[in-house]
Amino acid sequence: MPDSGVGSSVRRREDQRFLTGVGKYVDDINRADQVWAVFVRSPHAHAVVKSIDSTAAVAAPGVVAIFTGADMAADSVGSLPCGWTVVDRHGNPHKGPPHFPLVRDKVRYVGDHVAVVIAETRQQAQDAAELVEVDYEDLAPVVNPAGALSNDAPQLHEEAPGNLCFDWELGDQAAVDDAISNASHVATLKLVNNRLIPNAMEPRSALAEYEPGTGNYILHSTSQNPHLLRLILCAFVLGLPEHKVRVIAPDVGGGFGSKIYCYAEETVCTWAAKKVGRPIKWTADRSESFLADAHGRDHVTEVKLALDANGKFTALKVDTIANMGAYLSNFASCVPTYLYATLLAGQYTTPVIYANVKAVFTNTAPVDAYRGAGRPEATYLLERIVEVAARETGIDPAELRMRNFIPPDAFPYATPVALTYDTGNYGIAMDKALEMIDYKGFAERKRQSAAKGKLRGIGFSAYIEACGIAPSAVVGSLGAGVGLWESAQVRFNATGSVSVFTGSHSHGQGHETTFAQLTAEKLGIPYENIEIVHGDTGSIPMGMGTYGSRSLAVGGSAIIRACDKVIEKGRKIAAHLMEASVEDVEFDGGQYKVAGTDKSKTIAEIAFTAYVPHNYPEDVEPGLDETAFYDPLNFTYPAGTHIAEVEIDPETGVTEIVDWVAVDDFGKVINPMIVEGQVHGGVAQGVGQALLEGCVYDPETGQLLTGSYMDYCMPRADNLPLLKVATTETACTHNPLGVKGCGEAGAIAAPAALMNAITNALGCEIDMPATPEKVWRAAQARGAQAAE
Amino acid sequence: MPSVSMKVNGKQVSAEVEPRTLLVSFLRENLRLTGTHVGCDTSQCGSCVVHVNGKSVKACSMLAIQANDTEVTTIEGLAVNGELHPMQAAFREHHGLQCGFCTPGMVMSAVDLLQENPKPSETEIRDWLEGNICRCTGYQNIVKAIQAAADEMGG
Ligand code: FES
Ligand code: FES
Repeated sequence: MPDSGVGSSVRRREDQRFLTGVGKYVDDINRADQVWAVFVRSPHAHAVVKSIDSTAAVAAPGVVAIFTGADMAADSVGSLPCGWTVVDRHGNPHKGPPHFPLVRDKVRYVGDHVAVVIAETRQQAQDAAELVEVDYEDLAPVVNPAGALSNDAPQLHEEAPGNLCFDWELGDQAAVDDAISNASHVATLKLVNNRLIPNAMEPRSALAEYEPGTGNYILHSTSQNPHLLRLILCAFVLGLPEHKVRVIAPDVGGGFGSKIYCYAEETVCTWAAKKVGRPIKWTADRSESFLADAHGRDHVTEVKLALDANGKFTALKVDTIANMGAYLSNFASCVPTYLYATLLAGQYTTPVIYANVKAVFTNTAPVDAYRGAGRPEATYLLERIVEVAARETGIDPAELRMRNFIPPDAFPYATPVALTYDTGNYGIAMDKALEMIDYKGFAERKRQSAAKGKLRGIGFSAYIEACGIAPSAVVGSLGAGVGLWESAQVRFNATGSVSVFTGSHSHGQGHETTFAQLTAEKLGIPYENIEIVHGDTGSIPMGMGTYGSRSLAVGGSAIIRACDKVIEKGRKIAAHLMEASVEDVEFDGGQYKVAGTDKSKTIAEIAFTAYVPHNYPEDVEPGLDETAFYDPLNFTYPAGTHIAEVEIDPETGVTEIVDWVAVDDFGKVINPMIVEGQVHGGVAQGVGQALLEGCVYDPETGQLLTGSYMDYCMPRADNLPLLKVATTETACTHNPLGVKGCGEAGAIAAPAALMNAITNALGCEIDMPATPEKVWRAAQARGAQAAE
Repeated sequence: MPSVSMKVNGKQVSAEVEPRTLLVSFLRENLRLTGTHVGCDTSQCGSCVVHVNGKSVKACSMLAIQANDTEVTTIEGLAVNGELHPMQAAFREHHGLQCGFCTPGMVMSAVDLLQENPKPSETEIRDWLEGNICRCTGYQNIVKAIQAAADEMGG
């Protein structure tokens, strides 16, 4: 196997520029005559905007223009759309009140966009923004989703009475109720899946330009999804034809979901660039990121798990209230529904499942997909309730899981919540994880901890994920407004190098390396001769971007399909050159060979001929350049077991993670080093959710209390343990690569593993984040109980 | 407007700046050295770490005029004649970066760590990185890279 082949840990080619400081992130790009935008944001959670007086601000030094919602309305700028229509349990579409890029009547969360100030420098724009006088009439806010449903709650939108966005269900309620009443044991739990702020390290940024000569717009954006951003901007908000707008997402410093969406800021800058006739730059500072990036999670759930006398799960019932924030973000509605409830079977054979989800508007920032999106929420509640059931029935938690795993010979396996898992082997991942953590030795380790006055706990998370959301026809029937294919163009250049244009977008995942490995192996040409181009609607045919761990499974498959087309076309040219029939020409390792002879041509020679077609088959077009669109047949289903072991000091409430094993099945692995890095990063975010992170709004005023790194606790190097990572492999059966996706696994698995370990140590339930204070209180209460 | 002058990556530079101009803005906007990043506005994330007179400093917490007459090294000045510094090479070898945004600050902090403590333990490395946030890597490979660089640099 060559060093750069599939399965080898090729060092990343993108690192050279990142390590030497010459990467090009949006904020690094400047235009000679650019001006700066700064947004006037609402300091109130809920208020009527009575008037906006810009007189003083307009006169401030350097100010070029100030715009408000009224200016955008005068230009008929539309509202930011939600791209997935969820139909509620009564057959009605969800409530989607308008979300204007600059508010028109009311502000609905702290940080909402009131006006934009454009000035020669950023500092001048900031200074002037402070001079914009807005007369607000304060209204009572509501930030708690359960509270928003109460009869006397303040109303956010006329279009959504009772603040209810939708009341949705999945599964057979009667069958579930029946199984619960006949169960030999029912475990119940109430839990909160805490709201998170994504915090990609690069703040969002936009550089919008308008070219009067052509009427074209160019938008540089920190986007995970440039084609979709263009589509939304053009079709839904600005009313422009797509060929007039080019969106470029260059190097992007992390996304984790928060950079999928079309936000107010880039919309306003694009629109205003034409108005002021100069390029407009906007870069969020971190405080703005906290206020106005789409947040994640935020569920309150009640769950019941029914078991028979043998510990087999007989039913699962889930009631969730999901906080949507003040407006529906682009994909907000599908997160607590089709990306959540459909995963509630987990790795288990639970025969009947019912989920009810109420989605609610509150005076908080909009919530949308964040690393894992819906799947972490599903895994968290399922793995927590399984742990409760184990504790209550006295069955070992590993054993209880094993008893209920879908057996390896049961695939493809149709769950009671709409999905069909193609393949998996959950028992071997669990076995391997148990061995790696030395589960047998745990009791002894617990004794040793107890001897030191410490509480030791172990926690399991046997998670499942659904990656590469698909197929388009199915998601369309469930309400998606877009197709979920991916495109790729594979272009041989005349002298044998290859340019691959992919609609996937890399913002840390290392596609330039992985995709080149893939292409090199498929075409049998040197890795160094391949470039991967992504992130520019001006050069890539079409695309759907990167989220939901879809890049390799969907984007990589599109590349393989385009390579297949290239190889097929090359076969005709090779047959002509070698005077053989097409059927007799085989392709292997970059060579076309005539079967049974020693005649051969390299694909590079064929490429040259395709561009210099002096001796060429009559019915074949010149050029070797093919495009493929790939629409997957199903989701892929990565799965695995993570086990966390913790030691808690009851005197301080500090939880130390003493060991962590992660055994994941990602299907075929292209670059093990990159995959391992993805696991590390995902686990870190999951650990952050479980131990440290939590977005808090003041319940009375709706102010964001965790609005900076001083208050929002991000995981730092000393919060994380060394992870022991391993993989098992069942190849995905329905994509040409056998790959499943790995980016979200850690964030899905980790919170449950860690919270199960903590609650195992404490012997009682607590909610995330398990801060020292919360853990200390629980440990003290337990100590008091023991003393009684 | 006051003028500042300093040596940045071995080159003497000077300019007139508003008194409130931060060192990071001066580097990024005046000198177009965009390798030094801005990740926060509370001096918590470490994306902006550079060396001032050989010591690591958060360039967002220092005014450009405070750096008058100093020698500043940014990530752009670390590689010599196109050869990566051993710390940069170790980050690459051990996959200590993903999106690359925190990376310049991480590398500059790590280089300073080894100047202070040429053979740090894992715990000492993790403690030192308290001022740098990486959202992508989970730090494991950053720690590995720094350990490897320490070995390489003969600590
Ligand atoms: S930008 Fe300097 S510490 Fe965050
Ligand atoms: S590599 Fe992305 S923040 Fe560190």
